[in-house]
Amino acid sequence: MTAPTNSGSTPPPTPPPPPSIDRSSLKEETISDAVIRFAGESQDGIQSIGGFLARLAGRSDQDVMTYMTIPSTISGGPSIFQVRMGTGEVLSAGDSADFLVAFYQHSYEEHIEHLKEGGVLIYDSDNVTPDTTDRRFIYVGAAITGLTIEALGGNAKTKGKNIFVMGLLSRIFNLDVGKLRELMGERFGGKGEGILRNAFMAFDAGYAYPADNILGRYYQFEKASATKTDKPQVSMDGNQALTLGLIAAGVRFGAGYPITPWSSIMEALRTELPKYGGTFIQAEDELAAVSITLGMAYSGYLAVTGSSGPGLSLKMEAMGWASMAEIPLIVINVQRGGPSTGLPTNVEQSDLIQAIYGSHGDSPRVVLAPRNVEDCFYIALEAGRIARKYSTPVIILSDQALATRIEAFDLPDLEELMRDPRPDLVPRQEDFLPYDLKQITRHAPPGTIMKGGRYPVVTGLEHDEAGHPTGNPGMHMQMTAKRRNKLKALAKDIGKTNVFGDREGDVLLVGWGSTYGPIREAVKLLRSKDEQVGSVHLHHLHPLPAGIERVFSRFRHVFVVEMNDEGLYGYGQLAGILRACYRHPAIRSITKTDGLTFKVKEILSGIEHLRGDAVATFSAYPYL
Amino acid sequence: MASTTLIETPPGGEPREKLVKKNLTADHPTWCPGCGDFAVLSAFYRTLERHQFKHERIVTLAGIGCSSRFPYFVNTHGAHFIHGRALPFASGVSLARDDLHVFVFGGDGDGFSMGGNHLDHTARKNFNLTYVIMDNFVYGLTKKQTSPTSPLGFKSKTDPGGSVDQPINPMKKLVSSGATFVARTHASQVKHMMEMIDRAIDHEGFSVIECLSECVEFFPGAFDASIPRKGGEFVTIEEKKFDGSPEDESRHDRTDEVAAFNLANLEWPGVFGVFYEEKRVTKNENEANMVEKARAKHGGLSDLEILQQSFDLMV
Ligand SMILES: Cc1ncc(C[n+]2csc(CCOP(=O)(O)OP(=O)(O)O)c2C)c(N)n1
Ligand code: SF4
Ligand SMILES: [Mg+2]
Repeated sequence: MTAPTNSGSTPPPTPPPPPSIDRSSLKEETISDAVIRFAGESQDGIQSIGGFLARLAGRSDQDVMTYMTIPSTISGGPSIFQVRMGTGEVLSAGDSADFLVAFYQHSYEEHIEHLKEGGVLIYDSDNVTPDTTDRRFIYVGAAITGLTIEALGGNAKTKGKNIFVMGLLSRIFNLDVGKLRELMGERFGGKGEGILRNAFMAFDAGYAYPADNILGRYYQFEKASATKTDKPQVSMDGNQALTLGLIAAGVRFGAGYPITPWSSIMEALRTELPKYGGTFIQAEDELAAVSITLGMAYSGYLAVTGSSGPGLSLKMEAMGWASMAEIPLIVINVQRGGPSTGLPTNVEQSDLIQAIYGSHGDSPRVVLAPRNVEDCFYIALEAGRIARKYSTPVIILSDQALATRIEAFDLPDLEELMRDPRPDLVPRQEDFLPYDLKQITRHAPPGTIMKGGRYPVVTGLEHDEAGHPTGNPGMHMQMTAKRRNKLKALAKDIGKTNVFGDREGDVLLVGWGSTYGPIREAVKLLRSKDEQVGSVHLHHLHPLPAGIERVFSRFRHVFVVEMNDEGLYGYGQLAGILRACYRHPAIRSITKTDGLTFKVKEILSGIEHLRGDAVATFSAYPYL
Repeated sequence: MASTTLIETPPGGEPREKLVKKNLTADHPTWCPGCGDFAVLSAFYRTLERHQFKHERIVTLAGIGCSSRFPYFVNTHGAHFIHGRALPFASGVSLARDDLHVFVFGGDGDGFSMGGNHLDHTARKNFNLTYVIMDNFVYGLTKKQTSPTSPLGFKSKTDPGGSVDQPINPMKKLVSSGATFVARTHASQVKHMMEMIDRAIDHEGFSVIECLSECVEFFPGAFDASIPRKGGEFVTIEEKKFDGSPEDESRHDRTDEVAAFNLANLEWPGVFGVFYEEKRVTKNENEANMVEKARAKHGGLSDLEILQQSFDLMV
């Protein structure tokens, strides 16, 4: 899904009132949190159930985080979606599920082991025959396929099963049916009355099914505590949040080439930017894309390109030019499993070293990583600020998990955050130097009148202050230092690094990117057992914030948690960098490369192993 | 150039100093004495003198090569980009800033080898800019390797026994890739060069000129067959005037692709002039139309309001 999908111009028809049900004989069970996993085929539209629930949660008092895997074969094939709804802070998608909705026998077989003991299996009795002698679980069968067809008429085939299931869940969780219908109206209203009517019919059929009677209870989410802000909540996935963040940051131009999981950003920018007077174009390849974007940036606009996996490798030469020529540029890398074509629809954090060092020569650039969906929005603003202020390329390392999951967060204060996109074409004075050694470069874009009559050439050749090519050894040293020192200045301009949990003690977990939630949950869990544990989650990976080594020295162990390989020397990518930077022997690694997000229990067992053993790394390899 | 605008472009400066060779000259060229590229540079100065664009709105861009050093020698805003990618870079400039006059200079290796695919796509999309390929049939900067236009049998450092690979026919490549203005000229014919650059500037869309420019260092005499002073013949294309006269029958119809191909197939050194020209909507216009439509739909809303609307849909 790209940024806004519904036009919002046609008001949806008022939904009919929800069918009333009598629950007087049923037990109400209050819960704070539920993990629901849907397992089916990708054409079943189970992602959209997740989308609805996410949005519903956003409009209620719950927080939500979704987790989704999609098969790389575009249609057909197994697909799962896991949503965790909770009251208050939801940090991760949950290690295992409280509820499993299985559409097929294979979905049941593959996922039943991910259901918690005591968990509820909801299955399509037309397609699934569960082993009900397994007493660990509670079984709720419903003829999902048959009842949906019955509700919609024969020609509906199996379409609408997802909406049926949503109705079913609404009953079990006593969800706000009125709000859900409103959301359905917004989603389907624009597609014609027939479609909306069918959706309501499927929903009602699901809602009418007495699943709560089979369970003997229904669930009720706790009311939110007073700590929750009264700001409206928005729900979206990480790629949408990045897209909107870029627009707020003043990005108006860019170019890209399609690749999963980056594509949805470029697709959204293609439709969004023209509304703001800019444009985003599809290039013939990623090298062309970054080159076009650099042309736009040279023209004076904040511009963006991006890609995943192989596309980043292609862009590297031009990004080196951006370092040398000192051009502000935002490059997004929605990381996936690598190398080469790798695992197109799985998550990995294995592009960090490439992001920092990927071009030839000493080519300093900035690397940032968002930690959750909300942060995808704010990181784009930070990238824009840095790119402009330091006249430098900035890479945003997102990842497949962030790109595809939906979270709810407070509506940002846009009025406060919006940046002016216009180029700075104020005439430059006689003493203008494009590569002034005494200050950070601030280019004069074309169209700028040069009062001194000399017009600048921006260049990838080593140059003197005026931009003339030079091979002078002293000048190369000075210019190399100029490019390096501005990022050292940035390191001091990042602000304090927050420590979550204990500020000193036994174990400090260090993470970056989408491992934020599980790391935080691990810290909470250990602290509840009276352990002294803290965590630091790095936004700025290059340069690292000045002074973080002081945090490290307050802990006995520093374990860096990241989704990449321990490498030849036994350290994950960030861990290796931190060891090289701070020469701190307590720094060790917890890594994994199964293409899935970290589970809290994997982090906990990593900590346990490393504490008891002097090895460099703990690798979580659940399948080996 | 096209009058389409995307984002609001800055107003023009006050009329000021006339553009003459003196204020258009920057660094002294680093080319070998006698290099054909000098003549291209002076033709460019003279064209700029003739057009009197606002100084700050001229942009000179290039990739890498001897010829691609061009931007350092012209006193305009400029960028010296990476090998083979000058066209995408220039496309970005052209699209983001319709107020600029975008010129790209480069060599045959830069344009046809490293940048070959970009050339095709820039041409088919019809970005509004002017591109001069200074073709010397050799890699000059890296000192005599085979280029995609080196003739069969050319002895280079990478083909000591003589080049064996079929060279590109630039005119055919450019016409078939969808360039909307395709011309061929010669560095030893300053007047012809200026005329071609002039017409390229007047053309709306992607205008590309192959300019034979001798590398006296690594392929001397390459173009003698087209230099009258050296016993060759410089034959220009006679274009149809559509005046109904009998002479007009045999003249070249520059809107005819097949005729352009036929000219391109003539035996070496072939003919010079405009091979092909077509009026076709530019990428700049297409994008500007998209902007206009999108803006109209959001009639008069500020950027902030539009973004706010997007967020409202996510609540
Ligand atoms: C990626 C990359 N590969 C190779 C080179 C080396 N290189 C620089 S210019 C050039 C060829 C230049 O030939 P041409 O474009 O014909 O320009 P000329 O020097 O003949 O004017 C090469 C191979 C480079 N700069 N970058
Ligand atoms: S090497 Fe050839 S192309 Fe390069 S400057 Fe010398 S003569 Fe010109
Ligand atoms: Mg050449």
